[in-house]
Amino acid sequence: MVRKLLQSVREYKKDTWLTPLFLLGEVAMEVIIPLFMAELIDQGITGGQMNQVTKYGLILVLFALVSLVFGALAGKHSAIAMSGFGKNLRYDLFRHVQQLSYSNMDKFSTSGIVTRLTTDITHVQNAFLMIIRIAFRSPVMMIFATIMTYRISPAIAMWFMIVIPVLAIGMMLIMKYSFPIFERAFGSYDDLNKVVQENVRGIRVVKSYVREEREVSKFQAVSQRIFAQMAKAERILAYELPLMQIVLYAVMLMISWIGAKLVVGGNMTTGELTSVFAYSMQILMSLMTLGIVVIMVAIARASAGRINDLLSEQPDITSPESPVTELHSGEIEFRNVSFRYSDKAENYALSGINLRMASGQTIGIIGAAGSAKSTLVQLIPRLYDVSEGEVLVSGVNVKEYNLSLLRSQVAMVLQKNVLFEGTIKENLRWGNEHATDEELIEACKAAQAHEFISTFPDGYDTHLAQGGTNISGGQKQRLCIARALLKKPKILILDDSTSAVDTRTDALIRNVFKESIPDTTKIIIAQRIASVEDADQIVVLDEGKMVDIGTHQELLDRNTIYQEAYYTQTKGGEALDG
Amino acid sequence: MDNMNYGQTIKRLLSYFKYYKFRTALALILVLVSSAVSVASAAFLRLLIDDFITPLLGNQNPVFDALLQALIILAVIYAAGVISTFVSKRLMITVSQQIMKRIRDRLFEHMQKLPIKYFDRKAHGDIMSHYTNDVDTLNMMLTDGLPQLLSTAVTVVVVLGTMLYLDVPLTIVVVLGALAMLWITKVVGTKATEHFFKQQESIGVVDGYIEEIIHGQKVVQVFGREQKAMEQFARLNDGLFDDSATANKYSNILMPINANLATLIYVLVAIAGGAMSISGWNTGLSLGIIAAFLSLSRNFTMPIAEISSQVSMFVVALAGAQRIFNMMDEQPEADEGRVTLEKNLDQAGWVWKLEDGTSVVLKGKVEFKDVRFTYDGKKQVLQNITLYAMPGQKLAFVGATGAGKTTVANLLNRFYDITEGEIIYDGINIQRIRKADLRRSLGIVLQDTHLFSGTVAENIRYGRLESSDDEVIQAAKLSYAASFIERLPDGYETWLDGNGNGLSQGQSQLLAIARAAIANPPVMILDEATSSIDTRTESLVQKGMDNLMQGRTVFVIAHRLSTVRNSDAIMVMEHGHIKERGDHEQLLSAKGTYYQLYTGAFEWD
Repeated sequence: MVRKLLQSVREYKKDTWLTPLFLLGEVAMEVIIPLFMAELIDQGITGGQMNQVTKYGLILVLFALVSLVFGALAGKHSAIAMSGFGKNLRYDLFRHVQQLSYSNMDKFSTSGIVTRLTTDITHVQNAFLMIIRIAFRSPVMMIFATIMTYRISPAIAMWFMIVIPVLAIGMMLIMKYSFPIFERAFGSYDDLNKVVQENVRGIRVVKSYVREEREVSKFQAVSQRIFAQMAKAERILAYELPLMQIVLYAVMLMISWIGAKLVVGGNMTTGELTSVFAYSMQILMSLMTLGIVVIMVAIARASAGRINDLLSEQPDITSPESPVTELHSGEIEFRNVSFRYSDKAENYALSGINLRMASGQTIGIIGAAGSAKSTLVQLIPRLYDVSEGEVLVSGVNVKEYNLSLLRSQVAMVLQKNVLFEGTIKENLRWGNEHATDEELIEACKAAQAHEFISTFPDGYDTHLAQGGTNISGGQKQRLCIARALLKKPKILILDDSTSAVDTRTDALIRNVFKESIPDTTKIIIAQRIASVEDADQIVVLDEGKMVDIGTHQELLDRNTIYQEAYYTQTKGGEALDG
Repeated sequence: MDNMNYGQTIKRLLSYFKYYKFRTALALILVLVSSAVSVASAAFLRLLIDDFITPLLGNQNPVFDALLQALIILAVIYAAGVISTFVSKRLMITVSQQIMKRIRDRLFEHMQKLPIKYFDRKAHGDIMSHYTNDVDTLNMMLTDGLPQLLSTAVTVVVVLGTMLYLDVPLTIVVVLGALAMLWITKVVGTKATEHFFKQQESIGVVDGYIEEIIHGQKVVQVFGREQKAMEQFARLNDGLFDDSATANKYSNILMPINANLATLIYVLVAIAGGAMSISGWNTGLSLGIIAAFLSLSRNFTMPIAEISSQVSMFVVALAGAQRIFNMMDEQPEADEGRVTLEKNLDQAGWVWKLEDGTSVVLKGKVEFKDVRFTYDGKKQVLQNITLYAMPGQKLAFVGATGAGKTTVANLLNRFYDITEGEIIYDGINIQRIRKADLRRSLGIVLQDTHLFSGTVAENIRYGRLESSDDEVIQAAKLSYAASFIERLPDGYETWLDGNGNGLSQGQSQLLAIARAAIANPPVMILDEATSSIDTRTESLVQKGMDNLMQGRTVFVIAHRLSTVRNSDAIMVMEHGHIKERGDHEQLLSAKGTYYQLYTGAFEWD
């Protein structure tokens, strides 16, 4: 898991290595400094030699400056390494998500993916910084300081060797008991965010049903849980500082006792005694910061695991090894196709579909909500793969095509239209990056969008808000159609994408299709019978099964579902004819 | 962050401690004790050298009894320090976690009271970030930052006192050094803070792009735009890298600078002390005092260095706290109404309890009298709307996006308040009715259905919490949701995640209708409630709803004319006016806009 994430370090390897290297320099200086401080006291002050004081003072200043430079360089490189690692990891994860299929994505919720790309990466990034800085610095510091102490007094150094493991074990115990609680608390945080998010989005529902109090108590229950878990975990952590102090104070007392004897016995100088105190502080402080780092890393471990889960998710729809690179016609065939959304699902969303569409035909699909109309067409550009049977385009199984070729030849206007923040032009160019302005206008004219775009003060440069909320539903749909037309596809699928467009414009669009893209196979999913009645064949779906197929007249004669739909939509129509 | 008022924010943050006065005070005293003990241990060094080591130097048979005694006393003091640390930590944890809970709860409670206007105006991502980022940083500051700040302050004061007691001139040297440290902290820290705010902005941009692309992932794939999306993302991501690297560079170098400044101060103290002592200018300066001072100078400067490296964190956290408080200061929805809705005890139905205690039977008669409305004070969204719905009537509104159809619903249930005119409900001005009761009397189904995390049954039951399983199934049947629910893996117990993942838009709408049906309200507003449902199912749902709402008032807002055809009256809205009104037949024979719409000669834009 760690190795996988560390692949994102890449060009920041240099900074990642330089950080501990410079820190090594800084630590060396920090350890040497007390040594000369001791000399300063012994030679200078005790000896009453002002020139010695100045000499060691200057040496110390020099060391401090070197240490400062090392420290600053380490700080600089660690900042670059950490930001760079975060940048690459974020990019890698984003790129990976771009390769995932719908069914891959269905396993993680959209908000789950967003959290991984945002909060989780921040946690991992911070842990990375901690590791390259402190996880390296503290042990080195401890080793150096112990060595220095040993040089002064092996007896005191031995005491350190006894005390350090005691402290380490104590902290390990604290962590062992507090981690699981922290992890649970973070799970509760997710729940809390979910409650808030649902309330922010659904505030109208909450207020309409006067459910404010219920929502508040729902929130408070989670909030209380977080309080209980965090307080419990933190209370365990609260042992850390006192434990640290006990050890520190014990060491101080011990050094005072042994040190005094040594000094009086003439085996140690006063200055050395001060140094030993300084070293003992350095060692214990290092141990404590190390403890904090271990906690942070453990917290980030959960995030790293979540990122890793997503990174390890194998894209289940990819181009085959030696793909078919040419797609000749818009002929489509479904052979015994069945589909379910996951292997665990008991029910098939689609079953036993056999269907042929000749190149250039117009095919209508109608059916009730939940009859799997959208599911059926999403199998053509391999947004999902069939569970059983096969889908062929131009006589070749869709799984054999190069994926981007297939998708570039199949244009699909989705039910949930999404326009992106940017100008109309930019949005249209999603269909074809290199389209000229003339081509854009041509496509918009075909989609009956040119007229309304021309009425905007900024025309094609009109800025669309995120989700295209500043234009009407009908306008949005026509822009989406124009965007799809720009792909000049062999197959065009409109998934209920003219529902907000009036019948006259709807008819105009269909006429243009017939005349300007006669060779493109057109599949139209609609709720309005009028949108499909002149199709070459109309498929009637019901609960995932194809119950009928035929022309408008044939279905009107024999299919009850079709008759009923037709009847409800045209009731009263007679009055108009008269 | 120009108009930040840190003082005010800190004061307000501290005011939360007033609920825990005793514990906070006790914790403060204990922090004082434990800081004093840690300072004492540094001061002991002077005692050790001057009183217990120096006198024994050169002594052939040194006696260490006095030292042993002193060490035992010191051990007792240390024990007191350790206990103080432990108890104060435990106290602070409970207090700060409780404060966090209090802030969270209060924020959410307040949010529930805010008017719809607030949610319409604010980006949802921004509101969310108050609960995630802002509360998080605040939590960090309260649990780690504040206690550390406190113990630093105490340590600094105690050390300063000790130093002053020991020697004044040397104290001045140390303090001057510390001032230099603070000055550098201010210069570098300000830079760091500046870039941290820039980094926050970049994070916002990158997160926004991630949200947009991940939510539109299907479109990205359909158009094969993965490559383009990655390029755009890389550009924004690089921007974030620049800001983050700069901000961290500044904050990372602060610690080495200050830590080494501490060493410089140490040297300065040694040189100054040595000079003073050797030259005889400062006769009171013993070797022990200088040694102690050297140790004290570190005790004085290190906490300052440590705290100063966290200045940026504090500023960012305070900005977060300020945002939280800003949200808490948002005006809640005003409610001056005192008329309440009560279940009629004698027979089925509801009554309005007026201010004077008399009752009026709820019938569902709604009148708009010369209603005008504007969202922003400039653009008139509704002008001179006068209409009435008699009990049991079905009233429909059709019109283009922005014609003001949905506004009519927003005004009736007082999501927004009218600018001029009156809305009268069973003879009572709706301003007089308590909002909760007004809304309880109205069932609303919106186009943008919102489902909550929970089972299908729980989502339906949201309409009436005490309804039985049978009633849930009845409601589902009525709204024609039952057939697809039964085909779900766990039927009514199928878990829905947030926005009804896995359900089609049409299915979500059917559930929303079931939720409204189970509430069984006297008046119903259907705002594009069936827009994603095929016409055949829609007509079945409508039949069911018509049966349920028999004799009750229904408002229908729709785009699709087949949805409104059998209404008693249809209002054709245009630019905030009612352009045409009448029933289906009347409007057709009038050959106006409705006729053109119906024949498909005209489209709403």
